[in-house]
Amino acid sequence: MAYLPTDIVACPDCDLLERIPPLPPGGTARCARCGRALAAGKPGSIDRTTALAAAALIVFLLANAEPLMELSAAGRETTTTILGGVREMWRQGERASSVLVALFAVAAPGLHIGFTLAVLLAARRPPAPRWVGDMLRWAEVYGLWSMVEVMMLGILVSLVKIASLAAVTPGAGLYAVGALVFLLAAMSASFDPREVWPRVRWRNGAGQPPSFPEAAGAAGGER
Amino acid sequence: MTGALPTGARAGIASCAACGLLSRPAGPGNAGSCPRCGEPLAFRRRDAVQRTWALVIAAAICYLPANTLPVMTTITLKSSEPSTIIGGVVDLYEAGSWVLASIVLIASVVIPLGKLGALAYLLATVRHRSGRRNRERTRLYRLLKTVGRWSMLDVFVATYVVALIRFQPFLSVTPGPGVPFFAAVVILTIFAADAFDPRLIWDSGGETRGEDD
Repeated sequence: MAYLPTDIVACPDCDLLERIPPLPPGGTARCARCGRALAAGKPGSIDRTTALAAAALIVFLLANAEPLMELSAAGRETTTTILGGVREMWRQGERASSVLVALFAVAAPGLHIGFTLAVLLAARRPPAPRWVGDMLRWAEVYGLWSMVEVMMLGILVSLVKIASLAAVTPGAGLYAVGALVFLLAAMSASFDPREVWPRVRWRNGAGQPPSFPEAAGAAGGER
Repeated sequence: MTGALPTGARAGIASCAACGLLSRPAGPGNAGSCPRCGEPLAFRRRDAVQRTWALVIAAAICYLPANTLPVMTTITLKSSEPSTIIGGVVDLYEAGSWVLASIVLIASVVIPLGKLGALAYLLATVRHRSGRRNRERTRLYRLLKTVGRWSMLDVFVATYVVALIRFQPFLSVTPGPGVPFFAAVVILTIFAADAFDPRLIWDSGGETRGEDD
């Protein structure tokens, strides 16, 4: 099957064929027609993202182990962790919502971080095995459903709602969630799949850049 | 500019939805799969318009119970008070936190309704093969994809209020039947935005940059 050199892309939003020029650090290539960001110059992306993902993993574990907040009223105290909320929803009969919260707040971010880290570590020694490509695709799916930042805002809103009823003390877990929001944003921003894909072994067992004898002619024909 | 701009579909080149590699599909009946990552190839997302409409309609149906059924019920010794999403916004506003009240209002009402309306608008303009404001419509689509997740806010609020207010029998909060409907609206609209293909906006013309300005 004929394929084209990887510096030529079709814009995912408008399908225009464009050539990505070499980008300076911090530079972004945008689609000339619809403005979609096509590629960004992120030198050292693999190292930096590995460090951020490792930090995110540690903070993620902390965020899940420590209590988010403590509440005292009527001489009693209650406390909750992220999974404590999930358990309470389940106990009260809202099982579907409980499972969704567990997916969006725990499973998706955890798998997003774990898979990203695995992909980056495996990509350090190219050619990486084919499962790295599969994992990269799944990491993107989990990233889409990871809603740590939405949960953070949800916890803050519930804090305000509760503050009028009882005395609230924020716990270590809440600060960890706050840090996790920033680490996840930084991890996603510094990650560059365009740097990982060329290091993965091809599915068809053949073609490995940079030799494209057949495709170079095809690309010339399109321009 | 004269003539058609080179697009993947016009050149007979499919871009892989997973890894972005451009390749020439095997044949018209069976496009085959990406030689690099194995993802099935297609020029456009399959049945994008029908699938997006189906998900938009399903989300619109769930939106009604999500807003009329209570999401939380506050139980005290004397009373049991259910509250809906809008009720929660009013409570926050009356408690003096109008910033949070407007955040919740935007996340729970403006974003889901806006998303449904915007997707219906995109679907309608694609159907009428509109060639106008392509850039703006594509930008609108990109906005939809990024803001949709924030609608999940109220589900998290309900979860953590319920998890903390457990001072039975004096004061406790139980989740209401509106929560799963609300979560359904959010998930269905995220899937709907994913099912739509923004390249359809450009397929009926309106080629050059700045043409609409």
